[in-house]
Amino acid sequence: MSTVNSDAVSATQSMGTGATGAAVVNSTTARTVTPESPSSQHIIAEDGSNRHHRDWRGWKFMAPFAIVFVFVFIIPVIYAIYLSFFTHKMIGGDVFAGLSNYVRLFHDQQFWSSVGRVALFTVVQVPIMLALSALLALALDSLRLHGMKFFRVSTFMPYAVPAVVSTLMWGFIYGAKYGMIGSLNDLLGTNFDVLNPNWILVSIGNINTWEFTGYNMLIFYASLTTISHSLYEAAAIDGATEWQIVKRIKMPELKGSLAITVIFSIIGSFQLFNEPSVLQSMVPGNTITTYYTPNMYAYNLSFMGGQSNYAAALAIVMAVITMAIAYIVQLRSMKEQMK
Amino acid sequence: MTSMTSDASTVSSAAPLEGRAARKAEKARQRKIAKDEAAERSRSAKSGFSNPANPLRSWALTIITGVFVIYCLFPLVWLIINSTKTQQDFVSTFGLGFGHTFALWDNLVTVFTYQDGIFGRWFVNTILYVVVGAGGATLLAIMGGYALAKFRFPGRKAVFAVVIGAISVPGIALAVPQFLLFAKIGLTNTPWAMIIPSLISPFGLYLMWIFSEQAVPTELLEAARVDGASEMRTFFTVSLPLLAPGIVTTALFTIVATWNNYFLPLIMLKDSSWYPLTIGLNQWNKQATTAGGQAIQNLVVTGSLVTIIPLIIAFLALQKYWQSGLAAGAVKE
Repeated sequence: MSTVNSDAVSATQSMGTGATGAAVVNSTTARTVTPESPSSQHIIAEDGSNRHHRDWRGWKFMAPFAIVFVFVFIIPVIYAIYLSFFTHKMIGGDVFAGLSNYVRLFHDQQFWSSVGRVALFTVVQVPIMLALSALLALALDSLRLHGMKFFRVSTFMPYAVPAVVSTLMWGFIYGAKYGMIGSLNDLLGTNFDVLNPNWILVSIGNINTWEFTGYNMLIFYASLTTISHSLYEAAAIDGATEWQIVKRIKMPELKGSLAITVIFSIIGSFQLFNEPSVLQSMVPGNTITTYYTPNMYAYNLSFMGGQSNYAAALAIVMAVITMAIAYIVQLRSMKEQMK
Repeated sequence: MTSMTSDASTVSSAAPLEGRAARKAEKARQRKIAKDEAAERSRSAKSGFSNPANPLRSWALTIITGVFVIYCLFPLVWLIINSTKTQQDFVSTFGLGFGHTFALWDNLVTVFTYQDGIFGRWFVNTILYVVVGAGGATLLAIMGGYALAKFRFPGRKAVFAVVIGAISVPGIALAVPQFLLFAKIGLTNTPWAMIIPSLISPFGLYLMWIFSEQAVPTELLEAARVDGASEMRTFFTVSLPLLAPGIVTTALFTIVATWNNYFLPLIMLKDSSWYPLTIGLNQWNKQATTAGGQAIQNLVVTGSLVTIIPLIIAFLALQKYWQSGLAAGAVKE
C-alpha cells in the first residue's frame, strides 16, 4: 500500500465516529473505496505539495521513543558486536581476539545442542499451539457456542499469568512425588514421571501452549471479526455450507494474521528461558542443564561464568539466526503494510 | 448481531448519557437484544432457516470447546485450592482436593509477614515498575505510533524498519550488553535498571500506529490546525480522546509485559529489596532445594495467587476495551 493510498484510507475513515467498533466496521468498507473519490484526490494534492518542504513536525512525537530506543536497543546491540571481538584475559584485561569467539562458538557442541533443542521445540510446539488457537478462534467466531463471552475471556486468562507463576503451578502439578502426577500414580498404580529427561521438553511445551494459545486465539479471532457479515449472508443465499464458508472466506482471512503469530511464536520459542530456568530447581539433578537453551547458556556464561565476550558472540549469532528465520517465514508481509 | 457491533453501539450510545443511568439503560438494551436473538433462534429452529448472523447454538461444539476451557482454567483452580492448604497438607493431600485445615487466611498473613514482610516490598516494587515503566512505555508508544500514522516526516520508514527488526532481536542479545552498559553508569541494582528498558515496547508502538491511522481522521487534524491549535494541543485535545480504546489495549499489554518480566530483573537486580514479585517468588521456591532451607511451598502458591489477581481483575474489568482495541489492530493483517 503506498503512502498516498494509506492517506486515502484514513481520510475516508474520517466519516467514522471514532468509536473503536465503528472504526473497525468502516475500515473494511474503506478499503474498497477507490482513490477516485473526491476527498482522497484532495489529500493526494496536499501530500504532493508537502514534499517540497520537509515536514519535521512528526519528530516532536517520535523523539521520546526514538531517544530511549537508541539507548536501550541500538547502543547495546553495537556494544555487543564490539564485545564479541574481544576476550577477557586474567592478565591484561580485554584483548582484541578477532573472530576467535565466533570460531569457538562454531565448534561448541553445547551451543549447537541448545539450538537444536529450541529448533525441535519450535517445529513441534508452534504448529500445535497455532492450530489450537485457530480452531478455537473459528469456534468462537461461528457464534454457535453457548456462553460465548465466558469462553473468550477464560481461554485468554492464562496470558495474564506471569511465566514464573505458570511454571511454578505446572511444576507442582507435574511433581511425581507429591504433585498431581504423583497422586495420579498412587491412584492408578502407575509410575509416570513427566519431569524425566525424555519428557521434560514436552512438559515445557505444554506450559508454553497453555500460556499462549489464548493470546494467539485472540489475534486470529480479532481478524475474523473484521469480515463483513453480509459476506456470510451472501454465501448462505448462494447455498454455501458452513464448511465452505470456513474454507473459502474465513481461512484466507486467518492466513493474514498467521504471519504475525508465526513470527512472534518463533521468536518466543528461540528465546526460551523462563520456563526451563524456573523448572531447573524443581526437577531432579541435571535434567535441565546450564546450556539447555541458547538463552540459558548465554545467561550462565555471562553471569555465572564471567565470559561476557563469548556470551555476546552467542547472543549475536542467535539474533542473526532468529532474524533470518523470521524473515524467511514472513516478515515480508508485515513490511508490505508499511509501503 | 455480532459482539463487535454491539461493542460499537455500547461506546457510541453511552456517550450522550451520564454514568450509572447510561450503564443501566445499556444493560437493559443488551438484555433485550439477547432476548430477541434467542426468540429468533427458536423461530429458526422450527422453520429450518437460520440467520447466518445469529445461528443456532450447538451443544456439541460447546462441549468440545469446553474441554479446552477446562485445560485453561484447571491450573488456576489448582492454585486457588492449594492456597488454602498448610505446608503439611500441600505435600500430603490430593492436588485437587482441600486439605485437613483451611489455611487460606493464615497463608495470606504469613506471605505478607514472612522475612519481615518482604513480599509487601516486592509487591510495591512491582507496582512502581509497572506504573513508571509500563506507563512510560504506553506514553512513548502513543506518541510514536501517532507520529508514524499522521506525519510524513523524514526517516519515518527507517524508524519503522529498525523497530520491526528490533522485535526479532532476542532479549538476551540485548540483556548482556544492557547489563554491562548499565553497570558502567552505575544503574544496575537500582529501580532504573528495571524501568528504563521497560519503556520501549515495539509491539505497543505497532499497535498504536495502526490504531492512530484508523481512529484519528486526518481532516480533523487539519481543521484543528486551521483553527490555529499547536501540534501538541491538537494531540492532547483532539487525538488523545479518540485513541482511548487503543491506549487501554496498549497499556494492558505493556503492564502485563512489565508485571510478568522475569529475565530483566533477574540479571539487573541483586539486592532482594528491589526484586519484583516474579523474582521473589522464584527465590522462595528455590529455598526448598537449598541446603538447610525451609520448604515454604504453601507461601509460594499463595503468593502466586496474590501476584496474578490484580492482572486478572484488570483484564476482566477492561475487556470491552482490549477486545475491540485488538480487533482494530488486526484490520491491517
